[in-house]
Amino acid sequence: MEIFQQILFVAALAAVAWYITKRVRLISRAIKLGRAEDRTDHPDERLKTMLLVAFGQKKMFANPLVGVMHFVIYAGFIIINLEILEIILDGILGTHRLFAPYITPVYPFLINVFEVLAFGVLAVCVVFLCRRFMAKVSRFQPERHREMARWPQTDAAIILIAEILLMIAFLTWNASDSVLRDRGVGHYGELQGVVPDFIISQYLKPLFTNFSDAALVAYERVSWWFHILGILAFAVYVTYSKHLHIALGFPNVYFSDLQPKGEMQNMPEITKEVQLALGLPLTTEIDGSQTNDNGEQPAEIGRFGAKDVQDLKWINLMNAYSCTECGRCTAACPANITGKKLSPRKIMMDTRDRLEEIQHGWKTNGPDYRDDKSLLNDYITAEELNACTTCQACVNACPININPLDIILQLRRYRVMEESQAPASWNAMFSNIENNMAPWKFSPSNRFNWADQVND
Amino acid sequence: MTNHCAKDILTMTTEKTYKVPTMADMAASGEEPEILFWVGCAGSFDDRYKRVTIAFVRILNHVGIKFAVLGPEEGCTGDPARRAGNEFLFQMQAMSNIQVLNGYNVKKIVTACPHCFNTLKNEYPELGGNYEVIHHSQFLQGLINEGRVRVKDGESFKGRRITFHDSCYLGRANKIYEAPREVLAALDADLVEMKRVRANGLCCGAGGGQYFKEPEPGKKDVNVERVEEALSTGADTIAVACPFCMTMMSDGVKNKNKEDSVRVYDISELIAQGQGL
Repeated sequence: MEIFQQILFVAALAAVAWYITKRVRLISRAIKLGRAEDRTDHPDERLKTMLLVAFGQKKMFANPLVGVMHFVIYAGFIIINLEILEIILDGILGTHRLFAPYITPVYPFLINVFEVLAFGVLAVCVVFLCRRFMAKVSRFQPERHREMARWPQTDAAIILIAEILLMIAFLTWNASDSVLRDRGVGHYGELQGVVPDFIISQYLKPLFTNFSDAALVAYERVSWWFHILGILAFAVYVTYSKHLHIALGFPNVYFSDLQPKGEMQNMPEITKEVQLALGLPLTTEIDGSQTNDNGEQPAEIGRFGAKDVQDLKWINLMNAYSCTECGRCTAACPANITGKKLSPRKIMMDTRDRLEEIQHGWKTNGPDYRDDKSLLNDYITAEELNACTTCQACVNACPININPLDIILQLRRYRVMEESQAPASWNAMFSNIENNMAPWKFSPSNRFNWADQVND
Repeated sequence: MTNHCAKDILTMTTEKTYKVPTMADMAASGEEPEILFWVGCAGSFDDRYKRVTIAFVRILNHVGIKFAVLGPEEGCTGDPARRAGNEFLFQMQAMSNIQVLNGYNVKKIVTACPHCFNTLKNEYPELGGNYEVIHHSQFLQGLINEGRVRVKDGESFKGRRITFHDSCYLGRANKIYEAPREVLAALDADLVEMKRVRANGLCCGAGGGQYFKEPEPGKKDVNVERVEEALSTGADTIAVACPFCMTMMSDGVKNKNKEDSVRVYDISELIAQGQGL
């Protein structure tokens, strides 16, 4: 019986490891669809940003109460995972509380910390469910934000309920185990006097006082298995879910933008053309990314701007996989606040949805499959793009430094430079700048006329 | 008042003549200014914002800063074109401006427009334009801190309530939140803050090329949303530090029929009023 459980456990572990590796490969292949860009510069600054923003959750504390609540789940996730180590070893070796005899003095303290955190996680998950589904915090509501309809809300509910169930399993497992220890049943009794009752689960023991020994052992086994299989299943689920931010949040912040938020990335391929047009000496540095070994341009000339995910940078795509759809960007967006269609969160969700559509195409039609859809038009419309004021409120609001604005601007570049699809009044503005050196129809020779009034 | 460096300007209260030298004038007489004042398109052509340009030029004259403008040689930095997606046009503008600026060996630029500021400071270097770029709020803050600008002789601000509207391209884009507030603190007015300020400041609705087109369909205009917030502070003056914010906030005030009781001013205009310039 014991050995059967061990074999089952190792098999489950191996299956999950294999499946997650497969998922990670697929996601990383999707992210690599994006254009190459070196983001390994300034490692000190990047590390510092990651420590502050990802590990320290600095931006989550914009609302201190929510910041603290999220921190409880985050700390619970990181610290309770230490206990997973013992659980996994117990599962493989068929032992029970493997570490207890070796670290007897600190063992109860550690489990107490895990229990307090587990209780905290449970409580916060309940509060978060209430905020989303009862208090109806605006940024989560599908009635207000169309991108939240159906799956995103279900996804959120699944995550929160799964975490609640896992924490209940962990706490009641400890409680049933304590009762078995008290009663001295089988190997459970061996830890009598070694392991005391724990800080939270001691209060759950009365639930089990009427259980027979056999029923208790059954509950202990079932809760143990539910807990660990639940965690493994959750780990797989995360790769399909918005919850992927628990893993990708860290690299996403590490590789996030270092330049000032107002700075738009230059397009060196255009610099060259402009220098040629103006008869200026070419200054574009010839580097490996632009040329091959012979110093020639690569055969495949990219588009100006982005039409689909392949035209975006890899970091934009990692951003999309890291987004947990919290909607702080959208809640801060002036266009969205005033009822325009633009929602920065939708930009990120659309980008991920498009990537997953491509992944799906790979699976069903082979790895080189290309469909005829694109991020622009099939997912994101001109009306959304045209509503952006480039105010960077979305970039500022994101707790993990996602940049929806960068995607918006690259799509705009495609629409204007490849499709000549700017709104008519923008075309007028462009021609004014071109002809009058100002966005309005004034003669450039009148530019200095204001100085005549300086002594009025 | 021909000598711009003359210290006794401060004591002269009568017969002021303000001068606006151009870089071409300076170069012709073999001089180099301390700063180039980048006026920008709105500062040059927009009737309302021309008054801001004039207020700032008067302050520069009054303090005796040796400055110059490009005059007719200046051109749009290309900011609205770039943000609308027209990178070609942006770079054409940038390259020709950089040629002019480098031709005059310009080192230090002050501008009253946060969009010009952001573009000159953050986006021209990669195209060969490297300058020390300062927004006029920072420049005024420096003058006030050095004691070179004292708000006296002019209009009293006692009892007035001023609220400052953060410009996105000054604030979030370049993290300049304190300079304009410190400038306003030099006036003896009450400064009141809106709910969404500094990094959380709400856009006026004009950035990213929006100024040059009709807004997309929605429930409300962004500037109206922002002006409602400004009015709720009970301020009688909305201070701005950006030409686009100026227009958007002024239009919003008109939309709310408050133009008789609430005024929109650039920070440099308020300082000039305080100085009696």
